Amino acid sequence: MKLTNSLNRSLWVFHFNAGSCNGCDIEIVATLTPRYDPERFGVKLVGSPRHADVLLVTGPVTNQMADRLRRVYAQMPSPKVVMVVGTCGQSGGVFHTSYNLAGPIDQIIPVDVYVPGCAPRPEAIINGVVTAIAKLERLEGGK
Amino acid sequence: MAGNVPYKIPIGPIHPALKEPVHIELTVMGEEVIGADFTPGQTHRGIEWMGLSRNPVQIVHLTDRICGICGVTHSLSFARAVEQIAGITVPERGDYVRTIIAEFERIQSHLLWAGVAAHELGFDSLFYLAWRVREDAMDAIEFITGNRVNYDIIQIGGTRRDITIDQYAKIRTCLKTYKDLFSKLKKLFLEDAVIKSRCIGTGLLSFETAMAYSAVGPTSRASGVTADLRVDYPYCAYGDLDIKPVLPTAYGKDVNGDTYDRIVVRIFEIAQSIEIIETCLDNMPAGPVLWEEKVVKILAACKKASGEAVGRHEAPRGEAVHYVAMDNADAPIAWKVKASTYSNAHVWPIILKGAQLADIPIIVASIDPCMSCTDRVAITDNGSTKIFTKEQLSKMSYEKTRRMLQ
Repeated sequence: MKLTNSLNRSLWVFHFNAGSCNGCDIEIVATLTPRYDPERFGVKLVGSPRHADVLLVTGPVTNQMADRLRRVYAQMPSPKVVMVVGTCGQSGGVFHTSYNLAGPIDQIIPVDVYVPGCAPRPEAIINGVVTAIAKLERLEGGK
Repeated sequence: MAGNVPYKIPIGPIHPALKEPVHIELTVMGEEVIGADFTPGQTHRGIEWMGLSRNPVQIVHLTDRICGICGVTHSLSFARAVEQIAGITVPERGDYVRTIIAEFERIQSHLLWAGVAAHELGFDSLFYLAWRVREDAMDAIEFITGNRVNYDIIQIGGTRRDITIDQYAKIRTCLKTYKDLFSKLKKLFLEDAVIKSRCIGTGLLSFETAMAYSAVGPTSRASGVTADLRVDYPYCAYGDLDIKPVLPTAYGKDVNGDTYDRIVVRIFEIAQSIEIIETCLDNMPAGPVLWEEKVVKILAACKKASGEAVGRHEAPRGEAVHYVAMDNADAPIAWKVKASTYSNAHVWPIILKGAQLADIPIIVASIDPCMSCTDRVAITDNGSTKIFTKEQLSKMSYEKTRRMLQ
């Protein structure tokens, strides 16, 4: 992974809870609060997918949320990066036998960055965001 | 366009004001809410159904993931139910460790809620402050359990980890930080003009309604209901402690039942939790923390057990209930979870009525909703518990239509 010398813009994140247990969601908010403070790099949560560069998805995607996830993804402007936080979004995790899962997330929308862990630590989430920045810059460079 | 026509405003399931998926539909006349309804179920993962094909030790891990904030609530309630059925006695020290971790959870959960509440009011600097000081509790929890969320410390018959004597000092330092901070928190949350003007008198829940709708936890205590499982039906180490339910009177004010009172109760419960942990640390009995170290033996004891039991715990949001039935098998034959939000969410339509549109986020947040705890569907039919999927339900609905047409 190689980062360019300067960030050419702030990275805005939209958070989508697709049936998560809340653990990852709480860690995401903890990541954004003063101890870790990625807002000094312009990384912040936004209220609308139309404003976002990164879609942060947590949870194993329940049947009720699958269509909503597709719609939120479609509302985001390109170039966009999808980041999955937590094990259950990647494989179903402890919920893998459930009858009500439409996921994992990469079966619903294309995923670029995976952050494993149940729940991942804030440091891991920040590392994921850094990976997302690199990917976004590649996308913008047309590579 | 007629200005006074009632409009229906759908909020959610994905909405910036909501931290979790829930669908709320409001009927508004101008700025005033005249009717409200909510549809939970978006985070339904079928946990109870999955539990019926796993053994109790595996289910404990599943219960941890019912909700990431109540990391100990569900595993403790479930473990208590199974222990009653299998006749397992938790060693005294195990009970104390359970109590300490449950109270740390209350501290972090209430601080988390206080931050979210400040955020819903647009007071973001206070939100950041609350979450900054919450990190101290997270550190203590990580220090004790090894995890920040989903602690996985509860085991059937006790806890997986002990709190060793050399850990006491660090825990006491954390508690002292909170003690020093408490007057600041009290001043910022309870004396602030913005919070006072937005919260006093909004989201009123009367004592009678709280009783009629069986509200639990801080939501009910803010309306003057003196119900607290830790006091009423002591379990773990709570029986050894001298605690009283925290009411808004703790701040020297009358019980009003509004959003402000719910803040008062939660802030003062943080102080209560600090005291409980200190007392527990001082009086920790010696001995093991687990009834049986070997998982195989725990499983064997569970497999031999039959019967039914209810495990309860006063979670940060109120009473959580787990009903478990076992019948000489690896997996339980029935498992039902009633989380605190299930009781509290029913007061939403009442407290939202007559509110201004702009007050909705704080009123919705004031009961500290936790949807991932709540979303489960079970229907009892001829004594056997079945869980239906949406497809099955629609199929049943189509079949009924066809029957009626014939």
